[in-house]
Amino acid sequence: MAETIIMTGNTAAAIAAKLCQVQVVAAYPITPQTSIIETLSQFIESGALKAEYVRVESEHSAMTVCISASTVGARVFTSTSSHGLLYMHEQLHWAAGSRLPVVMCCVNRGVGAPWSIFNDQQDSIAQRDTGWIQLYCRDNQEIIDTVIQAYRIAEEVYAPVMVCYDGFVLSHTMMPVCVPDTETVNSFLPPYKPHTFLSAEKPRNINPVIFPGMRHNSEGVLCDGYMEMRYKLQEALEKARDVIVSVGMQYAKLTGRDYSELLWRYKTEDAEILLTGMGSIATEATVAVDQLRQEGIKAGVVGIRAYRPFPRKAIQEALKNAKALIVLEKDISYGFEGALCSDIKAALYGTGLNAPLHNYIAGLGGRDVKAREIYEAVKTSLEDMKSKKAQNKTIWINCRR
Amino acid sequence: MPENIFKVNEEEYMLPGNRACQGCGLSLAYRYALKALREDTILTIPASCLTVLHGLYPTTSVTIPCLNCTFASTAASAAGLVAGLTATGKTNTTVVAFAGDGGTYDIGIQALSGAAERGTDFIFVCYDNEGYMNTGTQRSSATPMGALTTTTPILTKEQNKKDMLKIMEAHDIAYIATTSPAYPLDLYDKFVKAKRIRGTRYMQIHVPCPPGWGYPPRDTVKIARLAIETGVFVLFEVENGKFRFTGRSKSLAEKGNRLPLINYIERQDRFKKMSVEQLSRFQKFIDNKWHEYIKKAEA
Ligand SMILES: Cc1ncc(C[n+]2csc(CCOP(=O)(O)OP(=O)(O)O)c2C)c(N)n1
Ligand code: SF4
Ligand SMILES: [Mg+2]
Repeated sequence: MAETIIMTGNTAAAIAAKLCQVQVVAAYPITPQTSIIETLSQFIESGALKAEYVRVESEHSAMTVCISASTVGARVFTSTSSHGLLYMHEQLHWAAGSRLPVVMCCVNRGVGAPWSIFNDQQDSIAQRDTGWIQLYCRDNQEIIDTVIQAYRIAEEVYAPVMVCYDGFVLSHTMMPVCVPDTETVNSFLPPYKPHTFLSAEKPRNINPVIFPGMRHNSEGVLCDGYMEMRYKLQEALEKARDVIVSVGMQYAKLTGRDYSELLWRYKTEDAEILLTGMGSIATEATVAVDQLRQEGIKAGVVGIRAYRPFPRKAIQEALKNAKALIVLEKDISYGFEGALCSDIKAALYGTGLNAPLHNYIAGLGGRDVKAREIYEAVKTSLEDMKSKKAQNKTIWINCRR
Repeated sequence: MPENIFKVNEEEYMLPGNRACQGCGLSLAYRYALKALREDTILTIPASCLTVLHGLYPTTSVTIPCLNCTFASTAASAAGLVAGLTATGKTNTTVVAFAGDGGTYDIGIQALSGAAERGTDFIFVCYDNEGYMNTGTQRSSATPMGALTTTTPILTKEQNKKDMLKIMEAHDIAYIATTSPAYPLDLYDKFVKAKRIRGTRYMQIHVPCPPGWGYPPRDTVKIARLAIETGVFVLFEVENGKFRFTGRSKSLAEKGNRLPLINYIERQDRFKKMSVEQLSRFQKFIDNKWHEYIKKAEA
């Protein structure tokens, strides 16, 4: 029987990994992720979870261990934040290039210099182009549910999945979480059966040097070159959209919690002003929307669950009636604008939608951003948007300029 | 328990024709190491000349399963293989990491130290050609003093070689052995032995490299031998903390008839700009190490 327990986001992540019966865990401490691996250590040392735990000397090694263990057919888990994630960068590419179903939690935290342990999403956004699927959670329930779904997705499309959620805001905040029972998870997620794995019995050379052109193997078969392999990774991530949706629907059937879309919506039916964002800032936006609605402003929120693959069609559909767009995000692509904002604009290109769009850069390095401030920002934007000159703007919220 | 030539595994795991240079000391050593490691082995190798030896996708010249890994990650890659194999119930497979000196002394040292400290059940092999050869002979911390490399092109390398073996000894691991392609049976025996032992085993092979060191390919074995005759490289084993000379180094230690360093230096173009002062410093460096070894052997 599923049980509802009050817990932090990090406990939810650790319980999810246990429910998925991960076979190898390799991780390294970094705030605010650390308590996930502390909890997993408890599970493993007490015998509650039967898994190999490799207490590596760095995050680079943590991801490496996941890569090799996955190559020989084990289900693997790791988690990190911020500098730990950046330190893995080389291995993130290697994991995706190897087409391995590694699942990792990224507890989002700002990136130095200077040091900040507090939340923003610059860390995972900076890893956008490594070939990982990125899913963002807005509460602790979504963390447990998303990790469980992540294994199904990863093991179906053979691409690694990063489950991202906001440091402290979720990682260290207690919320009620309905924990699915073992039988339900087992029926949803069978043991990992890789279509191919490295073993002593079957000699092969995995990930050797490859030349630009296609080459024949010893049996005369023309094999993929580097480009073909990259194309297949791209195809896998494109295909992952449908997989995320179908896995979400199956999960919804078992648990009654809706994961049937790449997005989530709040009061969007009649909305003219649409706010978008990922993770907890989008949750905060729902409170701002309630305030706006009290004044008769028809606002709504479209939250992004899947950032990679980017839900192009779903976004086009969800935003098609917007008269004004507000993109809220906790990251910045220096020298341009917020990364999510660019992606949303790109998704809307050619659809004919030409609503004014304001991009708010908010909450970097844990700077507080309250619903009230989002509400005020939207009000200011709406005023501003009336002028032809202010159709497209990037604004830093709660920041001395 | 030295095995003789007739006991060497006849199976070849390195197919004829590979992409290493003519006279490559690594190819010689690798052939015998693989014969000793034989079946039930998984290799993991980082970016290096060895990656090239293994061949271009989709063909390979080596018939032992291999996982390529990034340059810094070799020992962690091995640790992941061990963890994954253990978790899936395959405990009879020997995991062997095979890295160059750059991948061991320099960029790979952190992961190696971590894996050794954890007592990871694997063999780490460093084949030491004393420089970054795959990228065209740049200086590494294993390059000896006085050597020309493309990043020490005028002044030569000013520092002595790092003592990686001492670093590994400090990890108190199960087994350490040094080997040379000039003595393939000694090399073979040590790898057979390493395969039998559990825990972290560290092997170092001194592999001459004709293009990187500047000598004719036919002289590889001669150069490898001179390294041992002069004491530049010493054959030994450390088992459960107990040091002992082996093979040719053992008789050199007994008879005290090491050759002067110059015999080794004069045959290699990389030392052609070495000053007299550097030569005497290098000689002193070797003599000091040699005496340390003698003391350890007597202890
Ligand atoms: C992170 C990283 N830095 C640099 C390189 C480039 N690189 C590839 S092989 C190599 C040299 C390897 O030297 P060593 O480990 O001594 O092996 P060798 O080629 O000499 O056999 C270098 C520098 C790389 N692949 N990855
Ligand atoms: S460069 Fe040296 S080590 Fe590398 S393949 Fe050639 S001979 Fe062997
Ligand atoms: Mg080298």
